[in-house]
Parts: sequence; structure tokens; C-alpha cells
Amino acid sequence: MANDVRAVDKSPTAPAPRKGGDRASFGDYLLFAATLVLPPRFTPKKVKYNRRYRTLDKYRFISWFLVVPLLLYAVLVISPFFQAFYYSLTDWSGYSSDFNYIGLDNYTRMFEDDDFWASIKNSVVLLVVAPVVTLGLGLFFAFMLQAGGRHRKSEAISGVRGAKFFKVVYFFPQVLSVAIVGVVWGSVYDPITGPLNEVLRIVGLESWTQGWLSDPNIALYSVMFVMCWMFIGFYVVLFSAAMGSVPKDIYEAALLDGASRPKTFFRVTLPLIWDTVQTGWIYMGIQALDGFAIVYIMTINAGGPGNSTLVTPVYLYKKAFDVGQAGYATAVGVVLLIITMIFTAIMMLLSRRERIEF
Amino acid sequence: MSGEMQVTSLTKTTAEEPEGEAARTDQPPAAPPGKAPKSSEGSVLNAFSSAFLVLWVIMAAGPLIWVMVNSLRESSDITGNPFGWPTSLSFENFSNAWSDANIGKYAANSLIILCGSLPGTMLLGSMAAYVIARFSFRGNRVIYMLFAGGMMFPIILAVVPLFFVMDNFGLLDTRHGIMLAYIAYSLPFTTFFMTSFFRTLPGSVAEAATIDGASHTRTFFQIMLPMAKPGLISIGIFNFLGQWNQYFLPLALNSTDPDKALLTQGLAELSVNQGYEGDWGALFAGLSIAMIPILVVYMVFQRQVQEGLTAGAVK
Repeated sequence: MANDVRAVDKSPTAPAPRKGGDRASFGDYLLFAATLVLPPRFTPKKVKYNRRYRTLDKYRFISWFLVVPLLLYAVLVISPFFQAFYYSLTDWSGYSSDFNYIGLDNYTRMFEDDDFWASIKNSVVLLVVAPVVTLGLGLFFAFMLQAGGRHRKSEAISGVRGAKFFKVVYFFPQVLSVAIVGVVWGSVYDPITGPLNEVLRIVGLESWTQGWLSDPNIALYSVMFVMCWMFIGFYVVLFSAAMGSVPKDIYEAALLDGASRPKTFFRVTLPLIWDTVQTGWIYMGIQALDGFAIVYIMTINAGGPGNSTLVTPVYLYKKAFDVGQAGYATAVGVVLLIITMIFTAIMMLLSRRERIEF
Repeated sequence: MSGEMQVTSLTKTTAEEPEGEAARTDQPPAAPPGKAPKSSEGSVLNAFSSAFLVLWVIMAAGPLIWVMVNSLRESSDITGNPFGWPTSLSFENFSNAWSDANIGKYAANSLIILCGSLPGTMLLGSMAAYVIARFSFRGNRVIYMLFAGGMMFPIILAVVPLFFVMDNFGLLDTRHGIMLAYIAYSLPFTTFFMTSFFRTLPGSVAEAATIDGASHTRTFFQIMLPMAKPGLISIGIFNFLGQWNQYFLPLALNSTDPDKALLTQGLAELSVNQGYEGDWGALFAGLSIAMIPILVVYMVFQRQVQEGLTAGAVK
């Protein structure tokens, strides 16, 4: 970091020019301070030839480069997150600027709110099932692409033919907007015009045809499938890259020892790429907890029928922007934030294991 | 989790032990790995896995192709009859979607936003990242953690206060407001990624520039930024797709004026209208207009896109 010749002061706590120097007069301080806010070309001669000019130049550069990004980030990202905690303790409607401090009433109200619990239940189902399905299929496809081919001459493992093509196609959903995905799958699930029921009719599974999004018992799983569909390609590419970096001689050794392919996968590949799987798991969990757009666009009344597909973010959004309960909505947001953090912490703690270097 | 995983993997492998044993006896003892005869287990697995791989190709691309084919059919043909070829080649659906459903206007709106937000994100993100990566100063670590922490939380958690912050600054339902919001929410990842990229660059070139009398600013723009081009391309693609496909921010911050709606909002609205009017053709044409350019760009730059989008998880 400090391999820079201009970083003359190696210690990070080097005194800023304005503080140091016993011979500097008040006028000099003023001059130094002015230099910090002026463009470099207007640097006064007196400052420019001062021995502390280099330090000043460095700090001027640092503050100029950081001020815009930091300001933007602080105002639009950090401050809303902290304001959320404050607003969650008020009865603010969001329509006017007056509100009262009501303590933890929003949180106690949440405990008796059946809609809220329904949304939490659905979100947790998504959080648990979606990553398992997505990562499982992603690992399976990636391993098949990477090591599923026939044994060729003098190669311990070989990918299937056309692995690149598969990866390109699998990745399609990932480059499309969730809005597009939601609308496309909304029409795929359409009971009359959608191709899904039509395919079932053609192959003679007439009894399986149903209103995929209108039956409360399966609507959530229809939504979940779309979520997995979006992300499987991402994980195939991610895991393929990770598997590709595992040295070939390890596979050779496993093959010489007579390991079958499933065994190679569970005993060699999976432990070696575990870091990537863990990161992917956390990422997918956060995606599943969010899940706003798919539900909002695709399902009946955004979360219906009934509350069968209502997820917490959609509930939050409806409370905030449809019925004017901004205070309550931020309280829901705080709870969701806590759930996200607990999930991440659990994943990090549970999957901690020794990193295998190769 | 690790314990659990370990257990399942152990039971799996013990269950498969006999199979592995059989495969081993099948092979001639000292055969080199490459010349091992294909065991029947292998070919069954091959057939099964190949079938599965092909099945998922149909799953992944099928719905998209179905939408594109149907965008050329007449709406009256589509209803109740999902599969079929276009009877005549007409682009009526496309003109309907483009002008009547305003998809053209929405696409232009999205493009305008992107023209401001993408360069802004890249510039501000790499400026902050450069300073964090290559200078030591008080608070360096704190600022880095601040950006890195911002990547973890979905926007939805802060949306209500954000809405009113934007409202107070008069940024609601304005183009520059949306641009600023896009930039702010892209900064964490951009800064995080570019910081690690700037750290990998050698310092000697910048040193040489300084000795030649280049200022810090000049060193950054003329030496370091060109050197960081591979990183800029990866993260640029990531931000391009992320911002072009953004649905939630415009929905929350830009939904009062239909004239300013973005492409993603327009499509969602089109699908609602389709429900009333039954105009499947226009809906599918609108979807195709939105999908095809992105898919074409992706197929041309597939390696870069795949690397760009997965870069975050690998780092």
C-alpha cells in the first residue's frame, strides 16, 4: 500500500501540515488551509516550496478524490440504513412530515400480525430451499461439464463435448432483468396460453396441468423455481471456474486409486472448492431473502393468492407505499435486516473449516 | 454446516464403496489412467448426465425462444394455442409494442439514465478505490469497511428512508436523481472490486511518473487508470447489466410520471395491461425488444460477461 514514493510519511498517523511546525505563523496556517481547497495550480509559492508541501499535496489529493463518492454514499446509502432504525420507532405515515415517537409499539404489533408471519414463513422457506436446490444443481452441472466426459487419451478428467456451449446457454437468464424474467415466466405459467400446461397435455400428463400461480399450495414453489432458474447458470459458471483451478494431478491420483466419479466429486472436488460454495451459499441466501421483483411482478395481487406467496420485502413495500404505514414498514425492514445478518453469521460460523491450499 | 456435510459425504461414499470396488476389479491392474476401458457404470452415467445437460438447455433457453417465436404470431392465434409457427411474417406486434406501448420511449429513457450513471459509477468508484488502495492515511481502513459492508444488504431494507431523503433533496422522479441513486448503490461493489485490483498493480510505473514530475491527479488519469483497464472492463460490464436491469430503484423512486418510466417498468406495466386486453403479441414483442439486444451483446462478449458477473463471488 505504501509502496508509493510520494507517501513520504510511512506512518498512517502522520500529522497533517496544519498541525505541525512551531515556526509557522497564523498566516501560514491560513495559507495551508487555503491550499487544501484550491486546485493545485493555484498553490501559493510560499506553500509550494515549504518542506511539508508533499504531505499537504498528498492529503489534498486524498480528500479531493474521496469527498464526492463518500458524500454520495453517505447521504443515499448509509444514512437511510440508520434512519430506518429511528423511523421504526415512530408511527409515521409517510404522507406528512409529522409523527410521534411510539417506542417499540411497531415491533409488538408485528408479533400479532398474521400477514407478517405469513411473509416471514414464505421468506424462510425460500431462504432454506432455494439455495440448496440452486447450488446442488449448479454443482452437478458444473461437475458434469468439467469431468463428465469420456476418458480420453492420457487425461485423468475431461469435460463433456460442447461444455462452452452449455455454459453460454445456462447463463442466459442471468443477463436478463428480473422484470423480464418475471413477465416471461408469468406467461409460461399461464394456465391457458402458457406452454407449461400445453407440454404436459402433449406428453399425456393431463392430470398434472394446473394453475401454477393461482393454486395457493404450489404458487410459492412456482415462484421458487423461477428464482432457481435465474441463478443456476451463474453457479454453473462460478463452480466451473473453481473446479478448473483444481490441479489435474489430484484427479489423476484419485483415478489411479480407483475412485468412481461420484466419489471423486464428494471426496476431491467438493472439499477443494468449498470456499466458493460457501460464498455462493450466502449470496444465494441473500437473493432468496430479497426476492421482491419476481413475486411483485409474477404473482396474483403481488403475494397472492391469499398470502401464499407473500414474502417479507413485498409486505414491506406494500405497507410503505400502498397503505401509508412508513414507520411500521421500516420496522419490518429492521427485522429483515436482522434476519439477513443472522443468516450470514450462521453460514460463516458453521461452514468455517480449514482452507485447503493447492 | 461443515460437520453435516462431512457426514453426508461419508455415508455417500461408504454406500458407493462396492461399486467403486467393482469398477476397480474391472480394470486391468496396471493400466495407465488414459487406457482404462470404459466401464458400464461410466456410460450409463454419461447417458444420464448428457440427457440432463440437454434438458437444462431446453429449460434455460426454451421460454426465451418461445417468447421470440410467439412475438411474430398474431395475438388471436396465440390465445389458447401456445405452440405454433407464425403464419405470415409480420412485424405488426413489434410496431404495436414500440409505439403504442411506448417500449421505444422507455428504452430511450433507460439509455439516458445509463449514459449518466455508468460513467459516473466507474469514475467515482475507481477514484475512491485508488485512494483507498494506494495511500495510507487515517481512516483508510474504516472507509474501506464502510464500502465493503454496503454490499451485503439489499436495497429494500433502506427504501423507505431513501425515498424521503430523495424527496427532501428534490431528486424524486427526476433523471439525475435516479442516476445518483444508481451510482450510490453501485459504489460499494465497484469500490471494493477496484480496490483489490489497484492493489495488484505494480507501483513502479507510478513512481516513475512521479519522478518525472506528474501530479497525483495526472498519475491517476494517465498512468493508473489505463493500467487498470481489465478490471474496469469486468466491473463495467457488471454495472452495465446491473443498472440496465434494475427494477426496484426505479419502481420506488421513479413511478409517478409514466413518461419517465424505464424499460423494466414499462415491461411490467405492459404485462399488467396485457391481462386486460389479451394482446399477447405486443407483450411478447416488447419482451423480445428488451431481450434480444442484451442476449446478442452477451453472446459476443460472453467470456467477459461471465467473468464480470462472477468476479464478485470469487474475490
